[in-house]
Amino acid sequence: MTQYFELACPSRPENVGLCRVTVATFAANLGFTLPEIEEIKVAVSEAVSNVVVHAYPGAEGLIGLRCEESADGLVISVHDKGVGIEDVAKARQASFSTDPERMGLGFVFMESFSDEFRVESQPGKGTRIEMRKRREAPAEGA
Amino acid sequence: MLEGAGKPVQIAIRRQGPTATVRLSGEFDLKAAPQVREQLDGLIDGGAQRIVIDLRQVRFLDSSGLGVLLGRYRRLSERGGSIYLLTAAEGSVRTVLEMSGVRQVMPLLASESEVPRT
Repeated sequence: MTQYFELACPSRPENVGLCRVTVATFAANLGFTLPEIEEIKVAVSEAVSNVVVHAYPGAEGLIGLRCEESADGLVISVHDKGVGIEDVAKARQASFSTDPERMGLGFVFMESFSDEFRVESQPGKGTRIEMRKRREAPAEGA
Repeated sequence: MLEGAGKPVQIAIRRQGPTATVRLSGEFDLKAAPQVREQLDGLIDGGAQRIVIDLRQVRFLDSSGLGVLLGRYRRLSERGGSIYLLTAAEGSVRTVLEMSGVRQVMPLLASESEVPRT
């Protein structure tokens, strides 16, 4: 069986750190390097923060997190059953944000710190973000 | 190797006339953002004109923390003030700051001695 874990928790700010560190621990067990883990932490933090801030306006809902080992690394999925994103292409643009205190860099960091990145969203049904991170090949002779 | 989840942000403030130095440590994310925002807004409302934010002990920074920094920059620059950021030369915090482009408006410095004197 492939190594994986699933986690569900309320969309609260304190759970951003919980999700981030849980994925980082999983990645460490798979042999990711510290710099790779630092990038994974930022990407996960952005995806989960988006759920907390945007998915359930004025309410609390569930953050869904799944992490699975792949042949060359890790697949991370963050999903919610919130309001969804009206225009995914617009949301992915740098500096676009519906919140003036946010910089609109969430998607930029998710995309930059993962090797493959996909967003699926349906207004009124929720959003699913999938990020793939490849493990650096061990140095020759290591 | 891996620090605990949501290690609370710690804030230490030193005020010398119009200059305030704010030393942050821990993780500067969505959970920490309101606390840091409140402290920085208090300094701005209290008349600080130069705020030096020391991020060298911050172990994690994402766009929630960046949003707080940029928002305070906007508030203070409207009043003719400046914000300077102290950061380590490398690491994920530095990478996030560089990628965000905030250095175009807030200088990234290595130590307090590099902060321009008025």
